[in-house]
Amino acid sequence: MAQRNRFTIAVLGLGGQGGGVLADWIVQLGEKNGYIAQGTSVPGVAQRTGATTYYIEMIPAGGPAQPVLALTPVPGDVDVVIASELMETGRAILRGFVSKDTTLIGSTHRVYAISEKSAMGDGRASNDRILAAAAERSKRFVGFDMEAASERVGTVISSVLFGALAGSGALPFAREAYEAAIRAGGKGVDASLKGFAAGYDAAQGKLVEAVDAPTAPEPTTEAGRTLAARVRARLPTAAHGFAIEGVRRLMDYQDAAYASLYLDRLEHLGSDPVLLTEAARHLALWMSYEDTIRVADLKVRASRFARVRGEVKAKDDQIVQLTEYMHPRLEEICETLPAGIGRRILASQSWSHRLERFFTKGRHVETTSLRWFMMLSILAGWRRFRRGTLRYELEQARIEDWLTLVRAAEPATALELVKCQRLIKGYGDTFARGLANYGRITDRYRTASLSAAQLRALREAALADEEGVALEQALAS
Amino acid sequence: MAERSFKAEVEQLRLGEGQVFHGEGILAVTKALLQAGVAYVGGYQGSPISHLMDVFADANELMGELGVHFESSASEATAAAMLAASVNYPLRGAVAWKSVVGTNVASDALSNVASGGVTGGALVILGEDYGEGSSIMQERTHAFAMKSQMWLLDPRPSLPLIVDMVEKGFELSEASNTPVMLELRIRACHVTGSFVAKDNQRPKLTVGEAAESPVRDTDRIVLPPANFLHEVEKIEQRWPAAIRFIQEHQLNEHFGTDQDEIGIIVQGGLFNSANRALELLGLSDAYGNAALPIYVLNVAYPLIPDEVVEFCAGKKAVLIVEEGQPEFVEHELNTLIRRADLQTRIVGKDVLPRAGEYSGAVIRDGIAKFLRAYAPDRAPAEEPAPPPALPPSAIPQRPAGFCTGCPERPIFSAMKLVQKELGDFHVSADIGCHLFSILPPFHIGNTTMGYGLGTAGASAFKTREKRTVAIMGDGGFWHNGLTSGIGNAVFNQDDNLTIIVDNGYSAATGGQDILSSRAKPPGRKTNNPIEKAVRGIGIGWARTMTRTYDVAAMRDAIREALTSKQKGPKVLVAQSECQLNRQRRIKPLMAEAIKSGQRVVRERFGVDPDTCTGDHSCIRLSGCPSLTIKPNPDPLRQDPIAHVENSCVGCGVCGEVSHAAVLCPSFYKAQIITNPDRRDRFRQRVRSWVIGALQRRSARAIAARAF
Repeated sequence: MAQRNRFTIAVLGLGGQGGGVLADWIVQLGEKNGYIAQGTSVPGVAQRTGATTYYIEMIPAGGPAQPVLALTPVPGDVDVVIASELMETGRAILRGFVSKDTTLIGSTHRVYAISEKSAMGDGRASNDRILAAAAERSKRFVGFDMEAASERVGTVISSVLFGALAGSGALPFAREAYEAAIRAGGKGVDASLKGFAAGYDAAQGKLVEAVDAPTAPEPTTEAGRTLAARVRARLPTAAHGFAIEGVRRLMDYQDAAYASLYLDRLEHLGSDPVLLTEAARHLALWMSYEDTIRVADLKVRASRFARVRGEVKAKDDQIVQLTEYMHPRLEEICETLPAGIGRRILASQSWSHRLERFFTKGRHVETTSLRWFMMLSILAGWRRFRRGTLRYELEQARIEDWLTLVRAAEPATALELVKCQRLIKGYGDTFARGLANYGRITDRYRTASLSAAQLRALREAALADEEGVALEQALAS
Repeated sequence: MAERSFKAEVEQLRLGEGQVFHGEGILAVTKALLQAGVAYVGGYQGSPISHLMDVFADANELMGELGVHFESSASEATAAAMLAASVNYPLRGAVAWKSVVGTNVASDALSNVASGGVTGGALVILGEDYGEGSSIMQERTHAFAMKSQMWLLDPRPSLPLIVDMVEKGFELSEASNTPVMLELRIRACHVTGSFVAKDNQRPKLTVGEAAESPVRDTDRIVLPPANFLHEVEKIEQRWPAAIRFIQEHQLNEHFGTDQDEIGIIVQGGLFNSANRALELLGLSDAYGNAALPIYVLNVAYPLIPDEVVEFCAGKKAVLIVEEGQPEFVEHELNTLIRRADLQTRIVGKDVLPRAGEYSGAVIRDGIAKFLRAYAPDRAPAEEPAPPPALPPSAIPQRPAGFCTGCPERPIFSAMKLVQKELGDFHVSADIGCHLFSILPPFHIGNTTMGYGLGTAGASAFKTREKRTVAIMGDGGFWHNGLTSGIGNAVFNQDDNLTIIVDNGYSAATGGQDILSSRAKPPGRKTNNPIEKAVRGIGIGWARTMTRTYDVAAMRDAIREALTSKQKGPKVLVAQSECQLNRQRRIKPLMAEAIKSGQRVVRERFGVDPDTCTGDHSCIRLSGCPSLTIKPNPDPLRQDPIAHVENSCVGCGVCGEVSHAAVLCPSFYKAQIITNPDRRDRFRQRVRSWVIGALQRRSARAIAARAF
């Protein structure tokens, strides 16, 4: 075989990530530095958010004839693979582009695919397998979160990828040659050069990614310290993390007495550490059910205003106005009322009918206006009357009912019953659907005494689709 | 205005003798046309040839100077019919489209022009949308060339050769009085390279001059008896003339060694991949110096019997590398070999896959099989494939989808909501971005029968109670849907609903202007409302919704159309500008306004992480790329939460959807005011004073009851 002095580079990216610009830079880089370079791509509909590939070949100029360069990467013959996202890195491996001769440059951040995003629970693909395969299959894997790096310097990921290519040393060009290619591009040069530098340094191993380990909350009040001590004294160590978080959450949600009720309930569930850990999680979530009071409370906090400003990247001299998309239905309003009144309205056809029309339309709630802020603040302050509300009564009864089931069950079954709380989440129709699914499973459990495995299967079926088809089939079988 | 501006490329069209052109394959063709003295150009946009249309659309001035007529044709049929100008006059004309779909649309006119024949060179430039990146059915244009007897050029993907083939294509067309097709595969259209330019040629005769002195020859018209005459002419005159020209000008090429007992015949467009395959097998180098003879078919149809026989003579076996099916070339080679009574074995689809793109790896494996059978001494050792590092299931698929802020998304969100009330509908989909509705998360649409054919695809359903819904894009509407769909529905008294997506552009093909576009490009008449057109053709129930983002209003309009007592076809025009093009249009304007100190309000949406419970109903009803998920910051919750990225353009669909579907209070709209005016600042001061005081008070209360 003739001596191989050409370079082949495959770029895998997503529409809109600037893959075309990156490919242009690489072609420029080759052409300006004594190579004949050829790039090609398959844009088409992939530009509309799909996965797309670019392919570049370069060979020293001045050969015996016009070189014949290929238009598709051949597995086993790709020198450099550049992937702008972790699953695209995986796709490059899957397509066989990555071999023991390949320098693999891949961002480790995720852009979730629609199948992962639309799952009713957690549909995310596993990162670990991709990272392991990337390290194992390539000559060298240059992988780090390039999206974060590009955001830090205010540019797009393509420049960081280009920097990582330079820093990897996979191509025989000096850093200056790369920078010249960016300059020749002419658009957003300064930002691109900053992104380039970030990528270059990271590929050279000069970047240390900060890893912030989760820290357990420290109590700040006397009541907090008392409850924390109680958790440590009476619950198994494994459950401490969730239990302390649960206490913190319920004190914020209601008060210390409510958090203390939470611990009472936990302590009555026996001593199995596995069960208590999961129960600490799910009981806290159930007890901090999202009623209108809670939503209003979270919406008006100063910390939330600050978080939003950060999220929308508002500068100091910009004004940020917030509008919420709320759709309280008559049920939610009645459930916030004192139990007696709320129940009577919901039970009375004429009252429901008369009031319902006020709640058929969604509200655009302008939280930053004085009128709406006051309104939400008053609603948030209703917290002190929460124990009298209809919703409180309903939820506490449901919780007690659930705990009774758990207490009476074998440990393995009890654990699965505890986990069924995961089905109950959201608001409005979503909440109603989740609660109904939960109800169908526990009803079946009561009548047919299901095993732990059967309970798990039903719970998973309930999360499989929105229409309840899978659950229906699972219950029928 | 198209998705991309081609001002820089237009400058390259002006290059003169000896200067070097750099760019994509399809843009090299534009320059080659001008160098060949083309008199008129038409076509219909579509990947992978959109850029050709876009460059010419941006090159008005230059075309004017040269006396070249360019138009964006209403359809491929229109473009093909335009070639009529080359029938009677020595006018060189070129038309371009995406194939095989465009060729399907054009085939009536193509058959006519191919039957009567041409005087001036007629070139049909085809972007063969086959293999990876393709969005259409996988068929071969080759069949059209054979059945209408047009010559099919399939040049090696090398810019100098492609450019030369454009010029030779015109000459071949003139020498054989036959329209010629120039086929470029997807990657060849987008391949970058360079070639040495020549001066542009003014056409020897312009279309204006031709029209002023008409020439007529009724023998060129397809009507008995001339139609029978044409068939004979094709066989007795045009075909031999073409073969003579191709041989004389050596349009097909030879690579590699002269003598061997095996050889390879390859379609020109696949040569580079085949050479790479040989290189990887140790049988060639990066310059095409193969260790066995290769015959490159830059002309894929017709084959040149003498050349084929000469190449095959004395060889034990010849491999034909021919992409797609049926394997027309392989069949023809076998016939030619048989007629010449050669004993050479023609090997093709028995070692290469019958279907699918021939990438380098596919060809490498095919050649390896061929060698094992016919030259085992040169065959590579068989190596077991390494075990896959990852199973396909580890990598989620990424189907194409609606862009961030796409105005088509809320239409389908609204349809989903109506389906929840009335049950599922039969939905006849169309070609365009709106076809992404069939994918997750919408899963709407039963069939698609072609561009502009959404309504026609529903025409069999003469519904009783439950109406059928058809989707049509504005591009497809003007392409043919007005007559094939709407007119047909009126005439046949259908009772279905057609939703016409009116986003102001032919968006899927790159944002070209069409009749109903709101832009006012020079030299085009736009702003012709779709509702007016459908009313003109007899639609009684027609409505235009001017803001598709209002999901509740869209839902109500769709529900009304489907439940209205009124009989007859109904048309709902769903009108909002394509966001991709809108952003391209307004971004520079916004930046300019901010820079000059004007008050600018930017909107975007967000999700509060502490109220989101991670059910993702919002994603299932929206599917916006900027609406995604991220790990739940809540240590107790397991499911990832919804999250809006900063790429959000503030279209508001996620908020509207959560409203209309009564989902959740987590969405908020943030209005970010840059350069606030005095009133803004005053209001903000009052608000922050009061709100700040209240927040401080409640923060103290929260701290007091905190953990």
